[in-house]
Amino acid sequence: MPAALYLNVAVGGILTGLLYGLMALGLSVIFGVVRVVNFAHGEMMTIAMYIAVALFAAFHLDPLVMLVPIAAVMFAFGYVLQAGLINVFITRPEHSQFLLLVGIGLIIANVLLIVFGPDAQNVQVAYAFDSFQLGPLIVDATKLYAAIGAILVAGGLFSFFRFTAVGTAIRACADNYTGALVVGLDVKRLYALTFGLGAACVGAAGTMLLLIFDVTPAVGPSYTLLAFVIVITGGLGSMPGALIGGVLIGLTEAMAGLLFNPSAKSMFSFAILVLVLLFRPQGIMGKRTA
Amino acid sequence: MNRQSPSKYSRLTRRSFNAGAGAAIVAGTAPFNIVRAAGGPLKVGVLLPRSGVQAGIGQDCWRGAEIANGLLKELGLPELQLISGDTETNVDVARSRAEKLIGDGAQLLIGAFDSGQSTAIAQVAEQKGIPFVINIAAAPPITEQGYKFVFRNFPTGPMILRDAFLNQKEIFKLVGAAPKTAVMMHVNDTYGMAIKGGVGAMFPKFDMPYKILEQIAYDPAARDLSVEVAKAKATGAEALIAVSRLNDAILITRELVKQRWTPMAILSIGPGWYEDQYLKTLGKLSDGPISLVPWYDPNKPLSGKLAAALAKAYPGISLSTNHVYTFEALLVAADAYKRAGSADPKALADAIRTTNITSNVSPGPGIMFDAKGQNDKLRCSAIQNRGGKLVTVAPKEAANAKVVWPFPPFDKRA
Repeated sequence: MPAALYLNVAVGGILTGLLYGLMALGLSVIFGVVRVVNFAHGEMMTIAMYIAVALFAAFHLDPLVMLVPIAAVMFAFGYVLQAGLINVFITRPEHSQFLLLVGIGLIIANVLLIVFGPDAQNVQVAYAFDSFQLGPLIVDATKLYAAIGAILVAGGLFSFFRFTAVGTAIRACADNYTGALVVGLDVKRLYALTFGLGAACVGAAGTMLLLIFDVTPAVGPSYTLLAFVIVITGGLGSMPGALIGGVLIGLTEAMAGLLFNPSAKSMFSFAILVLVLLFRPQGIMGKRTA
Repeated sequence: MNRQSPSKYSRLTRRSFNAGAGAAIVAGTAPFNIVRAAGGPLKVGVLLPRSGVQAGIGQDCWRGAEIANGLLKELGLPELQLISGDTETNVDVARSRAEKLIGDGAQLLIGAFDSGQSTAIAQVAEQKGIPFVINIAAAPPITEQGYKFVFRNFPTGPMILRDAFLNQKEIFKLVGAAPKTAVMMHVNDTYGMAIKGGVGAMFPKFDMPYKILEQIAYDPAARDLSVEVAKAKATGAEALIAVSRLNDAILITRELVKQRWTPMAILSIGPGWYEDQYLKTLGKLSDGPISLVPWYDPNKPLSGKLAAALAKAYPGISLSTNHVYTFEALLVAADAYKRAGSADPKALADAIRTTNITSNVSPGPGIMFDAKGQNDKLRCSAIQNRGGKLVTVAPKEAANAKVVWPFPPFDKRA
């Protein structure tokens, strides 16, 4: 096979992986701080995708333009969900939290099914079929725009946690829950803020993924599973790990599809997960716990 | 004490009187029942996957059933009373629904779009002795079991593949050109693997002008087919043979455009490329693919009437395989009921066996069944997407347009 083919497939895999990474970043942020495993993560992303579909259908608004407003809506959704419901379950056994979030996921999927129906939906933006040719390399324009968007959103999130007082307070909650309470931080509000940020993150990812993939109410669980594979590979709770995991899984799936049977490409991402669990259980960028 | 029971003399007890009276009532009303069955509409159980994974197709087939009565009346055929049964895209449910419909009084069954579900219904129909007319199901074994009550007016898998090759050769001859190489992309579900196997087995027998360079299997639920299309493009094949469903057909087309690859032809064996959703979603980019599928003969007068009835009932829905073969199954039922003059299952089955409907919709000489209950005279068509519409380009007898060849380049479309 020609080298250009490998190059094209690898670039496509990396670009898709960056979006996967952004989606998983939301899961990682929520778990890293709130210590709640969000089993409704994929379903939350489908909400954002359907909002983008509805806005495009009604007003012809480009998903990339609506990225920030949709992320804001998802932030509000996440904040209210955490403050109104999940905070009540924070001190309860983990299985209660799991069941709660699985239940929320089921409700979201079924409400979307009732409202939008079972058919796959997408947006037909003017650049939907564009691509850039650089010598032998052909780059999908939508994937490129979405990947740039993912890098910007991830960069913004890193900066928020690194350089703002609220971000520092959230990190303090993540590092030492009791210590954060002792110094007078409003932990529950910060948890709600974090869940909101995670939801905004997955909302942004969903809005951009809509440029590449169709959405149906039933796709949520597959994205949740993908996000888990990525964050466990990258390191649960590690923000850079989520992005690195996303790129690794995107690239692996693409190259596996090229070099082996495309039907079996998902198998290779799970193989990576198994290898990581065997040889580096904390993930590529995760911290080893005692 | 000398009193004796009158029964000793008359031999008529209260019990025997009641039994006799009951028998007389049953016997007395039975002829009226038969008369009512013959005079009233035939009760037809329509078994379709109206929910579950195949819900969209099941609903589409039902549209073909809903518009049937008006046309049957126009043809001078008796009215049918349709009783809907949802198989829920599940073989076990299909079996139990068939039993329930028969229990509820269905005198004939039609359905069920899917081979697995149709097989289950066929077993029930045969066991209960109720005629079953299959609308859509291609698995050959259904009509190879020696069933006496099962009939199929739909081509089997080998018939579809045979006609796919024959229609391609007819097109190649007509345009005086043919691809020398092809790459096959197919879904890895039951249908896709069966077609792949069939192509492997039948391809050598048809002396096709091209060589299949590679067969690329993919998951029908795949979100992204960029790698698969890149791989297909890299083979350097002149034509793309696709065995797809709807969503993956759209994904493949998008990738063809993005990866700047316009093959000489896209030849589809199966659904996806001709469906309304494909045409609407892709607009001008949907033009060109040729689907080699069971279709209808646009030159037959009844096709026009069926298309008009569908357009009236469902504006915006184009006539397709689902409507045509569901309607024809009901056409067979109504025709048999008229000729049998009775709803007796055996009489209906005998009448179906001698069906000879030449004024029909599907391509071929008409609807007639062989000893196995299969309409082996059916022909499949080659249809091409043209400006959001579908035209038939082969076989010659059923064509209403000349094929556009080669495939119009994607980057030259406004």
